[in-house]
Amino acid sequence: MINQSDEYPFAVEMQDIVLRFPGVLANDHVNFTLKKGEIHALLGENGAGKSTLMNVLSGLYKPESGSIRIKGETVTFNSPKDAIAAGIGMVHQHFMLVPTLTVTQNILLGLKKPKFFMNLSHYDKKILDLQEKFGLLVDPTAKIWQLSVGEQQRVEILKMLYRGADILILDEPTAVLAPQEIDDLMATMRALVAQGKSIIFISHKLNEVQAVADRLTVLRKGLATAEGIDPQGLSRGQLAELMVGRKVIFRVEKQAKEPGQVVLEVDDLSTTNNRGLPAVRSVSFQIREGEIFGVAGIAGNGQSELVEAITGLREAVGSVRINGVEVCNCSPRKSIKNGLAHIPEDRTGVGTAPNLSLTNNTIMKNYSQSPISNGWRINYIEAHDFADSLKEDYDIQAPNVEVQARKLSGGNLQKLILAREIYGAPSLIVAMQPTRGLDVGAIEGIQRLLLEQRQRGAAILLLSEELEELLMLSDRIAVIFDGEFVGQMDADETDLNQIGMMMTGTLRSEQ
Amino acid sequence: MKFPYQLKIDPRTEDTPKWLPITTSVGAIVTAFIISGIVLALIGAQPFRVYQYFFKASFGSWGAFSDIVVKATPLILIGLGCTVAFKMNILNIGAEGQFYMGAFFASLVVLVPIIPLDSPRWLVLTLMAAMGILGGALYGFIPGLLKAVFNVNEIITTLMLNYVAVYWNNYWIFGKYSDAGFQMTPTFDKVAWLPRLADLANEFPFFSGITLHLGVVFGIIAAVLIWVILRHSRWGYEITLIGDNPKAANYAGINIKKNIILVMMLSGALAGLAGMSEVTGVVHRLQERISTNYGFSGVIVAWLAKLNPFAVIPVSILFGALIVAGREIQPSGLSFLIQGTILFLVISSDFLLRYKVHIVRRQQEEVS
Amino acid sequence: MNLEVILRAGLSTGTILIFAAIGEILAERAGVMNLGVEGMMLVGAMAAFKVSHVTQNAWVGLLAGILAGGLLSLAHGLVVINLQADQTVSGLSLTFLGTGLALVLGEGLTGLNTPTIPNVTIPLLSQIPLIGRLFFTNFNLLVYVGYLMIPISWYFIFKTRPGMDMRAVGENPAAADTLGINVYRTRYLYTFAGGCLAGLAGATISIAISPGWYSNLTTSGQGWIAIALVIFARWNPLPAALGGYFFGMLRRFTLDLQGPTMILGFRNPFFYDHNLVFFLQMVPFLLTIVALVWGSGVARRKRRGAPAALGEPYIRGERGL
Repeated sequence: MINQSDEYPFAVEMQDIVLRFPGVLANDHVNFTLKKGEIHALLGENGAGKSTLMNVLSGLYKPESGSIRIKGETVTFNSPKDAIAAGIGMVHQHFMLVPTLTVTQNILLGLKKPKFFMNLSHYDKKILDLQEKFGLLVDPTAKIWQLSVGEQQRVEILKMLYRGADILILDEPTAVLAPQEIDDLMATMRALVAQGKSIIFISHKLNEVQAVADRLTVLRKGLATAEGIDPQGLSRGQLAELMVGRKVIFRVEKQAKEPGQVVLEVDDLSTTNNRGLPAVRSVSFQIREGEIFGVAGIAGNGQSELVEAITGLREAVGSVRINGVEVCNCSPRKSIKNGLAHIPEDRTGVGTAPNLSLTNNTIMKNYSQSPISNGWRINYIEAHDFADSLKEDYDIQAPNVEVQARKLSGGNLQKLILAREIYGAPSLIVAMQPTRGLDVGAIEGIQRLLLEQRQRGAAILLLSEELEELLMLSDRIAVIFDGEFVGQMDADETDLNQIGMMMTGTLRSEQ
Repeated sequence: MKFPYQLKIDPRTEDTPKWLPITTSVGAIVTAFIISGIVLALIGAQPFRVYQYFFKASFGSWGAFSDIVVKATPLILIGLGCTVAFKMNILNIGAEGQFYMGAFFASLVVLVPIIPLDSPRWLVLTLMAAMGILGGALYGFIPGLLKAVFNVNEIITTLMLNYVAVYWNNYWIFGKYSDAGFQMTPTFDKVAWLPRLADLANEFPFFSGITLHLGVVFGIIAAVLIWVILRHSRWGYEITLIGDNPKAANYAGINIKKNIILVMMLSGALAGLAGMSEVTGVVHRLQERISTNYGFSGVIVAWLAKLNPFAVIPVSILFGALIVAGREIQPSGLSFLIQGTILFLVISSDFLLRYKVHIVRRQQEEVS
Repeated sequence: MNLEVILRAGLSTGTILIFAAIGEILAERAGVMNLGVEGMMLVGAMAAFKVSHVTQNAWVGLLAGILAGGLLSLAHGLVVINLQADQTVSGLSLTFLGTGLALVLGEGLTGLNTPTIPNVTIPLLSQIPLIGRLFFTNFNLLVYVGYLMIPISWYFIFKTRPGMDMRAVGENPAAADTLGINVYRTRYLYTFAGGCLAGLAGATISIAISPGWYSNLTTSGQGWIAIALVIFARWNPLPAALGGYFFGMLRRFTLDLQGPTMILGFRNPFFYDHNLVFFLQMVPFLLTIVALVWGSGVARRKRRGAPAALGEPYIRGERGL
């Protein structure tokens, strides 16, 4: 879909971009070009430097060296303002919206007009016009916190279009969407290109890239391993090699395992979210020894609240029994005593104390047990040895166990949490998004560990937004939509398509 | 042409060098004195003479030094109380009120009297100490409970309770326990005086006039106790974990509400003991203004000591000197000014612990 | 005891709290919590009194008071915005610093006289029956400024472009940054505005409503009550103003309660045992605590919290960027 006009053919030319963070070369002489009217996919693992490169283009970071040309003119961006003025609009992976303001107010933020008095209804209308032009519908008077994730994404795109952006950067836009919403997004992207916009599409999913992108650039550890190649005809293995730098096995072997006794029994469980609105509605299920029970769903459909209710971190109505003991609305301590291990979604916010040492972080669950503690005292020599042994056994990369947890990379932090939680052979493991944001090697390691625990006989509740991972690891799968289980089925009797339909509430199993 | 050098600021990736925190603290104190000196010079005073006087009044003789340690005693106890609370990220700035309540409860032993005043001295003093601890702990319990149950900001509640405690004290010393209408109680019977070094002047003439009393021993014992709690106990681990990440602590099964209340009570108890030590060791009666803002100075002491229980002792002695000198030198607000500046500089200097600042030459192409 | 006197006294002294509270609301809406209000008020009160005494011009004094509060707040701004220090502790040190500065620079001012901001009666409005007499007759000029500031600040925060940008910086500074709003500059601006208003509050005491310099008794904890009002009012000037006037009236009420021998047919205990007055003096402080408890209950029910980024330093490049 490349425009054949005689104008200058390139929207963006970035040459020899170098950017260094303390200890990391985030962009190592990267070249990147975007033609006018194309969709250019940018691939790479987490930490490969994609977001950094795009933050350079959107004026947030200043490169140490290298040049940027926009529509043929060399530019220097000192702030995001300059980039916006040059027609560049970035939709960040974590939405940059102010939840307490309305859609219109969010779109108007930081603009010159209106200067002082707001006359919001006038702008509501202007934004409605813009919505119709690009087919991105959302109520302009609604507050952001009232919108779904998909709608919020539309607001982000509108925000950039309103500023007259003709070069759009979409950073992992599909990560938060259901399969059907992804299709809508791709249609929107095509429509935008048809109206003369150029798009940079950051992703790590080959099928999406092949479905929508004209060209492809791949980054690995700050280096471009492919520049502007044609994605068609590229195999999944080839692409993975470009991203990871070695061959990747896509399947972790799962052995057969006969489930044993019931470990977790959840009965008619309901709870509310932080705003007091219903988040989980009458959910019931059981998990047995040696069984992985996967829960699929679009982010924000009650998964976090479900996990918190089960692990004792949130008040709820209904019943949660671990090994026959009622733990609902009891303290987290009671759940832990009865065999719960919990790998939380938020590794730095919940799973660890970032400023404390690795030792202090590893003893979080057993600091009151022998040999680390006898009576009121904590034996820090024992604690230190314990941390050392976990570091060895799980290959946690750190100079020693006295460094602060926040100095660890995401993958190593997750290994630390897993090691700590698995220690003591828990009968129930609740894992939420255990592989999110990790690189391929780390993902494999975590998945293997979970399967080992299944083999040992642990009951595992696994919540993930990566459907392939869920299908591969789980024995049974439930789909959560708007706080309800809209289906529970055996993993080998379902497929991506069925789960995808259920995730958006268009299909319910009659079970 | 641009200035050829620029400041470059990078986050520290490796651990902070061990010597740096101490250096920045000392640097903060020195800089605070310089800044205050400039203020003094601006208003027409002579900073050098003021400081000279200050050091002479503080460290000039054993008697003067003893006075400082006496002033430092309540600061040590209060600073330790703040240390425990701050370690858990509970900002108890109500030590002033807890101090007054401790002093009041301890005084009740003599004023009511709770036990006959011909009881042995150790018994009276032990009971007074216990009452002081109780008074402070109860007064810490209130904001602790409000924080734990209603999530009410403890900074405001502890601060408001400071004012309440002062009025409460005034009610009793102006009324029922007033000494013939003066704004103080009668002087306590000697049985309720903490032993002083001066008491030994008959045997050791050197001690004559040395005001140092047993309270400082309370301070040292408390420092050891708090160090053991924070560094070696399960409770201390829980406090540290809650302080760094309450969500992680909750996830680890730690009862945060219970700990908020307990820590506030411990913090208050130490301030209460300081109040007891002050009425039994220094003023020997309950009166107005027994505290020269010890409660607030204690906050700064804890911060300057970087929440290290043993560092609280030398820092308190420095602040004791500030208070002693502040009593005598003009203008009277100077010690406030220096304390505020020190605290400001200490927290600012933490930036250096988190970031490396170096001056680098601008790159050639930028210079031209 | 006279209700009219209490109401009028409340409108007068309440003005002090309202200036300070609105200032703090502005700073906190931009994400900067400044607990140094008491210190800034003292410095403002001292500077206003001193300059007004020296120049024999109350207006110059007023300006000096405002600027003094504003300048002091910039120290807080530097420490928490650029150096990313803990906002709570920085605010506390600002209290010390302000108190110290005010005492050092205010040495020898006690007992002196100074020109003051005049009392005025508003033409026309004062003619309205009852309301004119209660609200628009013979008040200090600054009281009327307070009247105006309440709706203006509310409109500014919730209905104007700069108010919206300010709230964005306090709620999600990263979002504001990506749209080209200068987060640091915005935070400095409203920290300074908050400091100026705290300085104005101090000046309102020392050269307008109860003229004089009484060292640190000049403010006697009102800065802290103003901060409590902000939390109680959920960062909204309208309830904060009501609270401010209420506290002003309460102050007068506890004073008047000591006068008569009989109240509602009972012997007035405060008249016969003057020491009980100490309990009356506790009332504003205890009531502040009660208001906070009540306010936190309301906040939980309505799930309306503080600005999301309140107290958080903004560092470009952290989390999601």
